[in-house]
Amino acid sequence: MKEEDIYSELSSIRNLMERSSRFISLSGLSGVLAGVYALTGAFIAYRLVYREGSGLRLRDFYVNEPLILWPLFAIALAVLILSICTGVWLTIRQAKRKGENFWNPVSKRLLSSLCIPLFTGGFLILALIARGEYDIIAPVSLIFYGLALVSGSHYTYSDVKFLGFLEIALGLLAALMPGFGLVFWVIGFGFLHILYGAIMHFKYDK
Amino acid sequence: MKISLEQFDKAFENRIRLQVMSVLVANESYDFNSLKELLNVTDGNLASHLKALEKEEYITVTKSFIGRKPNTQYAASPAGREAFKKHLEALENLIKQQKK
Repeated sequence: MKEEDIYSELSSIRNLMERSSRFISLSGLSGVLAGVYALTGAFIAYRLVYREGSGLRLRDFYVNEPLILWPLFAIALAVLILSICTGVWLTIRQAKRKGENFWNPVSKRLLSSLCIPLFTGGFLILALIARGEYDIIAPVSLIFYGLALVSGSHYTYSDVKFLGFLEIALGLLAALMPGFGLVFWVIGFGFLHILYGAIMHFKYDK
Repeated sequence: MKISLEQFDKAFENRIRLQVMSVLVANESYDFNSLKELLNVTDGNLASHLKALEKEEYITVTKSFIGRKPNTQYAASPAGREAFKKHLEALENLIKQQKK
């Protein structure tokens, strides 16, 4: 056996161990788009709640009024669904381009480890809405999303873990500052997604 | 240069067998079809190599059904993990020897 042979053998082993245990077709672009949707949604929500008038910003509504609650809920839901659809679509496209099957043991594991914290958080938020505890929704959503990313990161790029930590930290900070929910959402779901999506795109998407 | 090959595991002489083992060591278990897709080999080829590894007791096989489709899961046995580790160490030693 020649030295090059051994090196190529070792690198092929390493490559296989990596490829079989991590899903690497996540698309950075879908992160950027999710961030853009979140910013758009936040902007519309902001315009619904605040009215621009003669230099003074007046609150038209407080978020606990039912009249504003449903439109806000609809915006949040639309952003969520749009982000998930874009993510799934771009990921499938990316996997196809790499000649990989997107539905394999790793992607299944990735999905289930993402879904457990995500659904727990989702149901908790619904319960909080039902009980009228609105000001804790922003921290809870950020924290559970962060936990989902940390748990999912075992089956994909480790960068995702750091994004998860940042979301959790942001959520805890938001819990200390009630009334700034929208600001933290904009940072966590908007800017962080765009930043991380761009980093991932340039690091891996080529 | 002459190198003694006796530390090498005969079971891993074949590239596909070594590749199968790499996947099983990195994962709790893997099913037949996903292995086939990952390694880009034919049914018969993969089956015969899996059989060989099973005979060495390097892997364990669990057969079950999902609906009517057979679902066969493979996992590395402790002996298989040990053998794989030894094989990698032998490869490393080989590199070190050649560096001298």
